[in-house]
Amino acid sequence: MRISMENGKLLDPANKLDQKQDLFIADGKIVSLEKKPDDFNPDLVINAKDKIVLPGLVDLCARLREPGFEKKGNFDSELYAANSSGITSISVPPDTTPVIDTPAVVEFIHQRARETNRANIFPLGALTQKLKGEQLAEMYLLKEAGCIGVSNALNAIENTEVLRRAFEYANSCDLSVFIYAEDEKIANNGVAHEGAISARLGLPAIPETAETIAISRVLLLVEQTDVRVHFCHLSSARAVDLIRTAKKQGIEVTADVSICNLHLTDMDIADYDSNCHVKPPLRNERDRVGLIEGIRDETISAVCSDHQPHEINAKSAPFSITEPGASTIEHLLPLMLHLVNRNEITLNRAISLITSEPAKILGINRGFIEKNKHADLCIYDPNSNISIDKNNLLSSGKNTPFNGWELQGKVTHTLLNGEVVFSID
Amino acid sequence: MTGKNIQLDKNGNLKHFLSIEGLSQPLLHTILNYAESFATVDKRPVKKVPLLRGKTIANLFFEPSTRTRTTFELAAKRLSADILNLNISTSATSKGEILSDTLRTLEAMHCDMFVVRHANSGAAHYIASQVAPHISVINAGDGRHEHPTQAMLDMFTIKQHKKDFTKLSVAIVGDILHSRVARSEIHALNVLGTNEVRIIGPHTLIPKEIEKLGVHIYHDMNSGLKDVDVVVMLRLQRERMRGALLPSEDEYFKRYGLTNQKLKHAKKDAIVMHPGPINRGVEIDSDVADGKHSVILQQVSHGIAIRMAIMAMVMGQINRDENKEKKK
Repeated sequence: MRISMENGKLLDPANKLDQKQDLFIADGKIVSLEKKPDDFNPDLVINAKDKIVLPGLVDLCARLREPGFEKKGNFDSELYAANSSGITSISVPPDTTPVIDTPAVVEFIHQRARETNRANIFPLGALTQKLKGEQLAEMYLLKEAGCIGVSNALNAIENTEVLRRAFEYANSCDLSVFIYAEDEKIANNGVAHEGAISARLGLPAIPETAETIAISRVLLLVEQTDVRVHFCHLSSARAVDLIRTAKKQGIEVTADVSICNLHLTDMDIADYDSNCHVKPPLRNERDRVGLIEGIRDETISAVCSDHQPHEINAKSAPFSITEPGASTIEHLLPLMLHLVNRNEITLNRAISLITSEPAKILGINRGFIEKNKHADLCIYDPNSNISIDKNNLLSSGKNTPFNGWELQGKVTHTLLNGEVVFSID
Repeated sequence: MTGKNIQLDKNGNLKHFLSIEGLSQPLLHTILNYAESFATVDKRPVKKVPLLRGKTIANLFFEPSTRTRTTFELAAKRLSADILNLNISTSATSKGEILSDTLRTLEAMHCDMFVVRHANSGAAHYIASQVAPHISVINAGDGRHEHPTQAMLDMFTIKQHKKDFTKLSVAIVGDILHSRVARSEIHALNVLGTNEVRIIGPHTLIPKEIEKLGVHIYHDMNSGLKDVDVVVMLRLQRERMRGALLPSEDEYFKRYGLTNQKLKHAKKDAIVMHPGPINRGVEIDSDVADGKHSVILQQVSHGIAIRMAIMAMVMGQINRDENKEKKK
């Protein structure tokens, strides 16, 4: 397939690309970024006039619900939703059923990815067997099978000795460890940030220390073991402070934040809106501003959708017994652009947070626009409007906390390895 | 955020009674005034008024309760309504679909009102958002959130003894963290213009940032009770001793249990209240519970009048009658 993409403005902060330029694709690769190669007869011409061409987005964390939770979503529904937001690479956490702790499950995921052929899927393997926090998972075999990192997902590792050994072992396999930092005992089955809102609504609360103590413990172990650690989904300003200080001291860690925590606070729970029941919890405005601050000074280097689609019943109950998580994958790009429109971050920073930076964290060769490299691309119209209506989501999960929001920046085309996987027409 | 108060209909009348938060001072006074008129019903030879004749009320108790359920039942009967009592174990309804199925089933039986008690905060709001438009929901206690009818009967009791809220200091003592009664009372006292609302307890039983609800926090009884007009003692659940919240019942009683000695710090004519059932020797000494300051048994009988008033109001019976009178 030969495609010529004409009249668009290319934007790739990693390569300092920010200009109107045509682009030519053949056999899955970008063959020219300047002028049309000789004898180039395109099968398809995409007119990107007044539109912006980005590298295909890289989502650090999304749950596609296979295997094990097919009633919540599947590769076809969730990847189509992802493509509608320009996403072409996704890292999936290991808390599927069965857990990604054997090469067979990794192979299953790769097979489903090949069948759907909508995105590059990068599975994270389990850090401990069945994510129980007791015995090490077969990290080397998982790596050989194609895992790009290891994680215990949302499951805490209570035993610090196990955590220390897991770090050492992951390091000897040259694997990055993705940590969701929450002290399970302090969190104590809480469902909302500890503060005025949880006090008012009488909701079991998650103190800030549930996050900061867990982060401190990991940082001390990183210092000793030299393992590469990435912190998933920071939620508090204090957590950002801890990581900022650690980085200044030379401890090489990275961190991301979920898109929900950049836009919403515990105030949005209002009268028990279960779509605002997420993990980590939505904290207060001071924390939200602290997260933005962390993005600006590069303490936080990626934003993910942390997409968690749910069936209706999972969210239809009194708040604290609903399942946590929000369906966000198809609005990742417009929600990032919304931060730009509100002058909270620059456009270049917004784009690198969802392209080259997460790719760097995953250690994958994606998230940029370069000659002779994969043609994973996303074209969006900066002037088109999006009205979020929970009933019209492409994802199987209708659990968006952004219902009724008006955003800008609709994706018109998404290309994966030089093939159009989504187009608005 | 919808910003819509689902407790009120489009004319501003009470449709559901879910939380004190969100209700106006005039509305609370209306409830107290109607309760006053119902307070005499049980002194008549026939203890009934026909306001809710032909209406069916379901007591939906997802959490066991005898006292609250019984007073709602009596209140319904005195209003001539038919009442169904359903005790639904929480384990069977831990999944949302089962709860909404339960609601559908009861709707199909043509119930007009659900009185709901549930172990999870927000359950009454959730149920009110799910039911058919003709059904009213009354919150009989949701998790740690609110127990608004209890707060109203306590306000009624205070008013019987103290008249003017704006001159009062009220102290709520004990396990504020887990108490739905405390949250409702804090809102009710503030809406009614109470001069000062205090809460007293150890840090472990006081939620963070509760001061934003309009209370002063004390950790010591002597200073906390100083010159107060009303003392509200909260029940301390025994299971609180199992975690790291409190060391022992003895130590709790020593610091926060209400004794005549500690009560001396309050005003001479202070009244002592308790939502019941009381733990003698844990949060309150028998001498105080049965003493001259105690109004605990009055609270129970006021509970029926308050619940009659609220049930009649959410069914539109009182508002409608009022309008008729205006037309005359």
